[in-house]
Amino acid sequence: MRFNPDNQQLGQIKIALFAICLIPAIRLLWAAYTGDFGPNPVEFVQRWTGTWTFNLLLITLCITPLRAMTQMHWLTRLRRMLGLFSFFYAALHFLSFIGFDHDFSLDAIARDIFKRPFVTVGFAAFVLLIPLAATSSNWAIRQLGGRKWQELHRSIYLISILACVHYFWLVKATALLWPLAYSVAVAMLLGWRIRERRRKAIPVPQFQNAKPLKFFKQKPE
Amino acid sequence: MLIRHTPAIASTDITDPQVYAGRRDFIRTLALGLGAASLGLAHGAETREGRGRPLANLRSSPFSTLDDKPTPYQSMTTYGNFYEFGPDKDSPAKNAHRLRTSPWTLTVDGEVKSPKTFAIEDILKWAPLEERIYRMRCVEGWSAVVPWVGFPFSELLKRVEPTGNAKYVEFWSLADPEQMPYVRIPLLDWPYVEALRLDEARHPLSILAVGMYGEVMPKQNGAPIRLVVPWKYGFKGAKSIVRIRFVEKQPNTAWMKAGPDEYGFYSNVNPDVPHKRWSQASERRLGEFLKRKTLPFNGYADQVASLYAGMDLRKNF
Repeated sequence: MRFNPDNQQLGQIKIALFAICLIPAIRLLWAAYTGDFGPNPVEFVQRWTGTWTFNLLLITLCITPLRAMTQMHWLTRLRRMLGLFSFFYAALHFLSFIGFDHDFSLDAIARDIFKRPFVTVGFAAFVLLIPLAATSSNWAIRQLGGRKWQELHRSIYLISILACVHYFWLVKATALLWPLAYSVAVAMLLGWRIRERRRKAIPVPQFQNAKPLKFFKQKPE
Repeated sequence: MLIRHTPAIASTDITDPQVYAGRRDFIRTLALGLGAASLGLAHGAETREGRGRPLANLRSSPFSTLDDKPTPYQSMTTYGNFYEFGPDKDSPAKNAHRLRTSPWTLTVDGEVKSPKTFAIEDILKWAPLEERIYRMRCVEGWSAVVPWVGFPFSELLKRVEPTGNAKYVEFWSLADPEQMPYVRIPLLDWPYVEALRLDEARHPLSILAVGMYGEVMPKQNGAPIRLVVPWKYGFKGAKSIVRIRFVEKQPNTAWMKAGPDEYGFYSNVNPDVPHKRWSQASERRLGEFLKRKTLPFNGYADQVASLYAGMDLRKNF
């Protein structure tokens, strides 16, 4: 018997998930409260928010395969919250970059985005996240229509690849293990989707060797 | 995604008690997983040994910086690069307890009249130990202020006689895979070798440090003896030195081999010469949120700029 929550239970699950997703943010608030961000506070904040953006992005991408494998369709109803939390941590990540690294100086931010490739890629990923977060409401889905909405939201696949590149590019050649692990996870999650797409595609009849049909024995007058 | 959920399911259909109880397990698993992940990511590194043996009768030095506040001991002993013990900032604090600093010998050879090997106990008696409070600027863009304890490198020159051919000095770090787990992994071309021009090494600011914060050098900071050259990027200060070799030709250091276009032989702190992947114009002091401007030669230009008179520092980065 598959677990299938009623609306009330789903509400409880959502509340619990919301609280769980807030834990990384609470960790930051705790650090601010105790004044203990470790030896390099900004590095800690940037890594923490970056890591949790990526973690939540991966969890969001897990929903569809998990749902297909377990037939627990209600999982999809958690996806929006997970995606929005990923955006929330991405926004904090971006904010710490423009604030701590550049003191909110637009000129310095722009130069950095052009100059350092990993910043360019990270910025591109963040910009691409904005329309997804902006169209997350039911109202936006209705306005766009399901198909258009879905097409737009497929850009999350590109974003996840950009996130991998961003991660690889920022670490030293001596610390490739984590970006590698995250990239393998992304590759698996995207690979599953490609396989599903192939599997579900309607087979196209093969015409190559077919002879043209002859409807008339003679050329019509 | 808009999928309307229909709650019209008979209650008998959903009250499989096992599954119902399982919802808690599901949440617990999720919470545990996230909790474990957050713990793993929280860099709660601590020093295993606590504070070290205090060093008595330290002389103060006119070379100490007075206007900079020293970085907390806790930060300097839990954050840093010492690749022999791992690639992360907290790896040295976690793994350096494996280092055996006694017995320890330092061999001096190469272009010297007669090569010698010194025991660390004897080296500590060479000269009165001085406290030198120096700024430290890492090539990665963070910086610190460290009260080192040591003596000028020139004390070594009093005990060995370099030949006329000696133009450069190499500093070799220990590379023992038994004590330093990451030496098995080719992160760098081990052993870690750094080098200075002889006149740079001779400069009164260049010291061999045997302690910091008034105590014996912590293992994660390069015990028992390390080099400190405050006007150069931190990686020039080789740690846990076992060999000092005088040579005629400019050596190829470990970092030059790892990235010839990113790490030059001189590696003087220079805000005008960016690293290939980032700017060096500013730096972030450990513990601080906002950046500050990086100074030419890390603020020691008055003392050391003359060493490089007439040199193109963009070329000789």
